[in-house]
Amino acid sequence: MASNSSGGGSDRQRIAQQRLRIIAGHLRRPVDVDSTILAAECKAQDSKTDVSSEGKTVPRRRQEIMKWNGWGYSDTKFLFNKKGQAEFTGKRYKLSGMIMPALKDWLEDTFGTNLQHKSPATPILTSSAVQPPTLNEAFVEELKSTGIPFSHDAEDRVFRAHGHCLHEIFALREGKVGRVPDLVVWPNCHNDVVRIVELACKHNVCLIPYGGGTSVSSGLECPPEETRSIVSLDTSQMSRILWIDEKNLTAHMEAGIVGQDLERLLNESGYCTGHEPDSMEFSSLGGWVATRASGMKKNIYGNIEDLVIRVKMVTPQGVIEKSCLGPRMSTGPDIHHFIMGSEGTLGVVTEVTMKIRPMPEYQKYGSVVFPNFEQGVACLREVAKQRCAPASIRLMDNEQFKFGHALKPQVSSMFTSFLDGLKTFYITKFKGFDPNCLCVATLLFEGHREKVLQHEKQVYDIAAQFGGLAAGEDNGQRGYMLTFVIAYLRDLGMDYYVIGESFETSVPWDRVLDICRNVKLRIIQECKDKGVQFQPLASCRATQTYDSGACVYFYFAFNYRGLSDPVHVFEEVEHAAREEILANGGSLSHHHGVGKLRKEWMREAVSNVGMGMLKSVKDYVDPNNIFGNRNLL
Amino acid sequence: AACRTLYFHNPMLKKRDDFEDVLEERRNSSDLRYALRCYTPVLYKGVPPCKSSMLKSMVLQSDQLHYVISQVSKETGRKTDEVQEEASAILDEMAHCQQLSTVRFFAFTLSKVFKSLFRSICVNEEGIQRLQQAIQEHPVVLLPSHRSYMDFLLMSYLLYTYDLTLPVIAAGMDFMGMKFVGEMLRMSGAFFIRRSFGGDKLYWAVFSEYVKTMLKNGFAPVEFFLEGTRSRTSKSLTPKLGLLNIAMDPFLKGEVFDVSVVPVSISYERILEETLYARELLGIPKPKESTSGLFKARKVLSEDYGSIHVYFGQPVSVRSLAEGRVNRRQFNLVPRHIPGKPGEDIHSFVNDSAYKLVRAQEENMVLKPWVLLASLLLQNQAAGPKEGLPLDELTAQAVWLRDLSRQYGAFLHWPDQMTPSEVVSSSLSLHRGLVRICEGKVQLADPHSAATPEEKLLNQAVIVLSCASYRNQALHVFLRPALLASAIHTASSTQKQEVFNSFSFLRNMFSNEFILCPGATVQDFEEASYLLVKTGAVQVSQQEVVVTEGGHRTLAFLIAMLDPFLQGYQVVCRFLCEEATETLTEKQFIPAVRKFIIKHLLAGGLRYAEVLSSDLQKNSLAAFLRLGAVQKIKGVHQGTLKVNKVMVNSLEDTLGKKRALCYAPGGNRLRFLSNKSQMCLFV
Repeated sequence: MASNSSGGGSDRQRIAQQRLRIIAGHLRRPVDVDSTILAAECKAQDSKTDVSSEGKTVPRRRQEIMKWNGWGYSDTKFLFNKKGQAEFTGKRYKLSGMIMPALKDWLEDTFGTNLQHKSPATPILTSSAVQPPTLNEAFVEELKSTGIPFSHDAEDRVFRAHGHCLHEIFALREGKVGRVPDLVVWPNCHNDVVRIVELACKHNVCLIPYGGGTSVSSGLECPPEETRSIVSLDTSQMSRILWIDEKNLTAHMEAGIVGQDLERLLNESGYCTGHEPDSMEFSSLGGWVATRASGMKKNIYGNIEDLVIRVKMVTPQGVIEKSCLGPRMSTGPDIHHFIMGSEGTLGVVTEVTMKIRPMPEYQKYGSVVFPNFEQGVACLREVAKQRCAPASIRLMDNEQFKFGHALKPQVSSMFTSFLDGLKTFYITKFKGFDPNCLCVATLLFEGHREKVLQHEKQVYDIAAQFGGLAAGEDNGQRGYMLTFVIAYLRDLGMDYYVIGESFETSVPWDRVLDICRNVKLRIIQECKDKGVQFQPLASCRATQTYDSGACVYFYFAFNYRGLSDPVHVFEEVEHAAREEILANGGSLSHHHGVGKLRKEWMREAVSNVGMGMLKSVKDYVDPNNIFGNRNLL
Repeated sequence: AACRTLYFHNPMLKKRDDFEDVLEERRNSSDLRYALRCYTPVLYKGVPPCKSSMLKSMVLQSDQLHYVISQVSKETGRKTDEVQEEASAILDEMAHCQQLSTVRFFAFTLSKVFKSLFRSICVNEEGIQRLQQAIQEHPVVLLPSHRSYMDFLLMSYLLYTYDLTLPVIAAGMDFMGMKFVGEMLRMSGAFFIRRSFGGDKLYWAVFSEYVKTMLKNGFAPVEFFLEGTRSRTSKSLTPKLGLLNIAMDPFLKGEVFDVSVVPVSISYERILEETLYARELLGIPKPKESTSGLFKARKVLSEDYGSIHVYFGQPVSVRSLAEGRVNRRQFNLVPRHIPGKPGEDIHSFVNDSAYKLVRAQEENMVLKPWVLLASLLLQNQAAGPKEGLPLDELTAQAVWLRDLSRQYGAFLHWPDQMTPSEVVSSSLSLHRGLVRICEGKVQLADPHSAATPEEKLLNQAVIVLSCASYRNQALHVFLRPALLASAIHTASSTQKQEVFNSFSFLRNMFSNEFILCPGATVQDFEEASYLLVKTGAVQVSQQEVVVTEGGHRTLAFLIAMLDPFLQGYQVVCRFLCEEATETLTEKQFIPAVRKFIIKHLLAGGLRYAEVLSSDLQKNSLAAFLRLGAVQKIKGVHQGTLKVNKVMVNSLEDTLGKKRALCYAPGGNRLRFLSNKSQMCLFV
């Protein structure tokens, strides 16, 4: 996400670029009135319309710009160039086009990889690997008459049959395709969705909502036992901002809008939502609502449940929505909480009213180096206690600190490299930090300039109490930038026999250190027990602070050479790691959701009665299991 | 390297490590240099040992202790400062203050002492290597068997010798009575705990926090004795759970990834306290530990106590013990510094683990040939007043028993390079105090001249109990087959179900006497059947258990092994029926039973002087209490025992079915329970 740069200058630049793009669009083809942000009316678009119009990042045919078997944009990836140096291709990111000289060594040292041993992916999808669609003819006939665009093209269907769990991507790379949707449909507005759901109920067709496709909980996987025709309901074309209310600081959007578009379009009017999950380039507003998403800057803006004012969801029983925009109400249990986290099992979120904020006047990154992780956690705890957390504060462990170093681009001048050397010398030799223990916290401050500076001082003072040393803005900024490129790195690893995944939890403060240590050790032990030949990478970071606890992210990867069924081993280790998380007081999920991957623990997580409550809601709202992705319950 | 042995080439045997004699080097090089050498142990995660003052302040500042202090202060109305001071005083009384200089002093003196007492101290070095590995990975708990005062000094001595982190040792408060020695032990790493502190919340909090702090931070291995006290009988004692509970707690609560528990088996060829224990069991009171007493014990220095074998077992991961057994999530809902009583599931988990660990100790106990000889001599003596066993017959029997015990997996240290008769005579000569060889015939030693028949009897009993303590070293090898053999013997038919019921009854009856894991009846039955079938002593079909032609010798031996215990329990039954009055208290029980038994022994009605052992008497009472045949009265007549004579009678019968009782039956026995329903009662 490159849109978060500081200072007014680059904002102006960006807006200028945006205008240029719009003008270029105008030159290409006639203006499409419907796709301007003011178009509140929805009219069924005829399928000839080019949907990759201005302001829209996601075309109907996602494969035009995105990988079908990996993360992100087709033009962007890590590779080893002819000189054997790691390079990040494309132009989209700050790191794009750069060379990372240390990455090769890091990969070799951490995983025992060897550039000679490649495990390349199947380059193209062979249509024969995809089962022909099971179509419900009557449904298709009636759908046709509505004029809502749909497709049963193999590529379209495969694209919507998966999220980004390791096993899903691994299978795709091997060219293996399991059960996929039989049809993909692209509603253009709320009413389209109402019609589709009506038809689905009428003809007993299974609907699976699809937003940005970034699920990491097997949430998009088609249940193999499903015998009905499965229709993937892709909300990507419902991506308009319908209105902005500057008096109340709210905006009303269609739920298919992806994070980067939402921010960019609001920014143009001088606003933002401030909701920035790591997946915000691709994940959609509806997806956030359906999975109870969390954004990196939740300390200022709140998590999705704090941001949402009103939601419209289409269910087999009709539309569920609140009747006013009051900021809080005491009207029984909040019906939004049946919607948020329902993971597509109850209906499709079509429109959302959410809070917006004026764009921050000033942004400043920062970073602090701690002698060890324990000190770092103690500092975060104190920051949370004093309720002075910056917009974002994240603490990486030593392994991630080293990983961050491996991703440092080639320095252009002797001087920078000299400075780097000097910094390293100061921290390790002068301050006596053990390079194998130290860890780093990255910070992001936002707000009025003076307040930010004041705030910054407060946080740095606390950090100093815990032995922390300020380590500069660059390190902080790089840390956040890596958030977006790290997902691409998994694809590189997979080219060289390395598979990995990240998973998260939330845990009370007093157990943060214990859970981090125990889960990492459990991963290492399980890998050893399961015959993994190489030392795995087990790493973690605390990414969010709360009054009573923190969100912890784990990263886990290993070199699978020599294993006959690496994915099975991987899943067993991941399973064991989740068991360990739960045994150590961690939650089943902080924001990734349950999906099908973590279903088995759901009952224990919410108790029998809790499970019964959720089931009875499902039974009432969707008695015929039209929304049959079988997530959660 | 001289001690490197190749005894265990029988492929049927479990793989066990070889031994190395640590005294050999001590005999060849300077003790002083050894005591002063550079000592650089590997550390857990590189954590340096913690100064005792720092450890104390960590404990005093812990949330756990703060919580209990404020609780106690609320309950008693005392000021927190006052309670805090009390906690501090408890800690001062308890805490170790290990100093390398003291350790070096011990290294020097113990070298001298050990060399003069023992021929060799053999250690499995592979076990040491495993321990070294374990110490680096996880906090370590050392669990040595406890047969002698020597045990923990020996342990520290060995860890020093192998350059391993010195343990801190939980020691009983009675040691502290010895002024100078107590402090010396403290400086060598012992910490002292009161024998009983039942309701004292504060004491418990200080104690458990002290142990946990050492463990969690991995400052040093924590060593304690699962059996709680020295076994006077050489049988393993029923494990005590308190410390094990504490040691497992940091794992269960997620404060450490794992804890490695290392069972250590220390086998003495001759126990220093041999006759001391026998006297104690016979009720001749134990001398209070005192420094002067220790110096009087100097005469033991001139004797030959053979060799010691120390076997460091496979480290056991608490995590793997708990896998699938314990739901650790239960600890996530209450702050961890609030003390809570462990739930039923945790209790049974710790209990099962404790039994497993004691069995692991037993398994690696090295048995000397003398253990077999003692078993044979005791059986021979019980068979009737004979002249003793001819030496060659004893040798032949010993060879037979050697082979049998090896087939049962015994860790027998039989020097195969010597002829059997050499082995036998060298064993007999080491234990010459306990045997008499007269005209080529061997029997137990004669008591010294005594004034009264009772005194003579007791003197004889000292010899018998001393011998029994050696026989008992082999009990764990034969226990399960012996229970089965006795079950076959007492069962009313050869029906497998009958035999199993009978086995189950005996096993239940004796579960205070021997190490029998709770709830493992079926496994034990299968293990016993497997061993007896393997050695061809019985045949087991779907329905029947039948003794083979050649199996009678084995079965007779096994039955005779258990017989003293059976008779002991029967006698206690008899006592309870005939002599127990309404006012009998728990305290009076042992002296009263003893009197009763002496009477019967003198009258010639009892076969085994062994039944005089207070250990056996205590265990039987515990069993009767457990089974409900005897009840403790609560309230006004606290401590009095109420005997259910009907039940006691039927227990006695079931124990003694098919057995000709040697004493005159007295009283009217009520026999209205059929055998079958009796079984059901006790199974």
